[in-house]
Amino acid sequence: MKKGLPLLIAVGVLLAALVATRLVGNRYLYFAGYVIFQYVVLATAWNILGGYTGYVNFGTAGFFALGAYTATVLILAFKAPLPVQIVAGGLVSAVLGLGIGYLTLRLRGVFFSIATLALALVLQTFVMNWEYVGGAKGVSIIRPAAFPPFASYVEFLFFVMAALAVVSAMAAWWIENSWVGRGLAAIRDNEEAAECMGVPTLRLKLLATVVSGCFMGVAGAPFPYYVTLVEPVSAFSLDYAVNSLAMPMIGGTTTWIGPIVGAILLSTAQQVATVTISSELNLLIVGIVLVAFVLLAPQGIVGLVQRLAGRRRA
Amino acid sequence: MAASLLEVRDVTKRFGGFRALNGVSLDVREGERFGLIGPNGSGKTTLINCISGALRNESGRISFRGCDVTRLPAHQRTRLGIARSFQIPKPFTSMTVLENLCIPLEYAARDVARADVVDEAMAILRRMSLEDKASLLPGRLTQVDMRRLELARAMAAKPRLLISDEAMAGLSSAEVDALLPILFALNEQGITIIMIEHIMRAVMRFSERIAVLDAGEKIAEGPPDEIVKNKDVERAYLGE
Repeated sequence: MKKGLPLLIAVGVLLAALVATRLVGNRYLYFAGYVIFQYVVLATAWNILGGYTGYVNFGTAGFFALGAYTATVLILAFKAPLPVQIVAGGLVSAVLGLGIGYLTLRLRGVFFSIATLALALVLQTFVMNWEYVGGAKGVSIIRPAAFPPFASYVEFLFFVMAALAVVSAMAAWWIENSWVGRGLAAIRDNEEAAECMGVPTLRLKLLATVVSGCFMGVAGAPFPYYVTLVEPVSAFSLDYAVNSLAMPMIGGTTTWIGPIVGAILLSTAQQVATVTISSELNLLIVGIVLVAFVLLAPQGIVGLVQRLAGRRRA
Repeated sequence: MAASLLEVRDVTKRFGGFRALNGVSLDVREGERFGLIGPNGSGKTTLINCISGALRNESGRISFRGCDVTRLPAHQRTRLGIARSFQIPKPFTSMTVLENLCIPLEYAARDVARADVVDEAMAILRRMSLEDKASLLPGRLTQVDMRRLELARAMAAKPRLLISDEAMAGLSSAEVDALLPILFALNEQGITIIMIEHIMRAVMRFSERIAVLDAGEKIAEGPPDEIVKNKDVERAYLGE
């Protein structure tokens, strides 16, 4: 792929998001669009560790909620502005990624996954009992007033999340096409052989966990201003863990575009289903689509398209 | 006599209560063709796992080119110049044959410029007669080509010491005859080779010196013609 193309697409997406805020009047669409972009970030972040490196993380909700609660604390304590919340949320989740990575990356396969699931539960229990952020009943956050050129703060959040989606996709693109991505792919294919071929496996896995965790935290940081009521059950929702795993699987885990395709398709379907049928249907849709893909197109949509186009892996 | 490239001193490795290696010592000289044989379960693969860094030995010392590497992780030993092939081939399955070689060229071979990686990989494939399979996935290779890929990938790490762990197991004698000259040619370029092999015809023809392991201990060491006459070796293989 040409070097300039991803940058062009990135600028295009941002401009489109900006133009949309001038043209679209229906406020629901910003809420829905925000969620879709949020899942682009989460699915892309998950894929850096799960897809490129082959370590399945069930703890997305933990990293996401840590970003959200970092932002909550910053709002309660200092009324910190959104960019500070995002950077801090990303940093704190990155540090969590480093810590959990150091403790658990010696575990392989399913043991690593169970450890990440446990991590999310431990964090949730901790937050439930932390009075400063409202404990189990949560805390209300007042959304700031709109600032120009955006007509409402939600429009601004929508644009910010679009920008974060673009940044995370570019990071994934860079990793995939650099020596880091090739090393991660070697680890995914055969970790022992990778180590014996000179790949510093532990260091690369830590890097993947840190970058992945960081973007999950970044995705969670605008959450308080988006929902305005931050409480543990929704911040640590199982939806995040399931969706951020299912979206790359459906889109395709070996390329940066796969999680984006999966996130857009699946979260759009969920938004449509929430409005037209019922909000309880979300996970059912994910489950059915995931089973169908695992059975019929294990390489995801991107893999399916590549196969149909008869490219080298035919 | 050439200097020692690899020194193994009193290496012991336990798995729980089982002593897989018990005080094994070896010296491999620069440029040598060294054979390592022994019955199944005698500790050959454990020993090279300790040498390559896949396993840590509990006691004893391993030095390579005069540096103590006992505590170094495997990838750093590979960068110093110890490369190995695996008994059961472990290719990078999602990558083409060519891309498989690019990993060690990029990560381990320090003297190869990034721009030359693909050319260098093709040159190694040509030497291994794999050049027309460069764009295939490893899953589509025959057994003998898979073994060639294992050796080619180890070569791409630009080693001074190549450890070939049963590269010929399961191959026909014609295929063995096709692989042996490749190993001889590598040795002529100055690469020291440790060959672990069950195929006696190959290891006897190839090695200048052979060490025999039995139940985790070295029971004999010497040139091939002495090893075949050694009573302890006969007993280890055939029993009393």
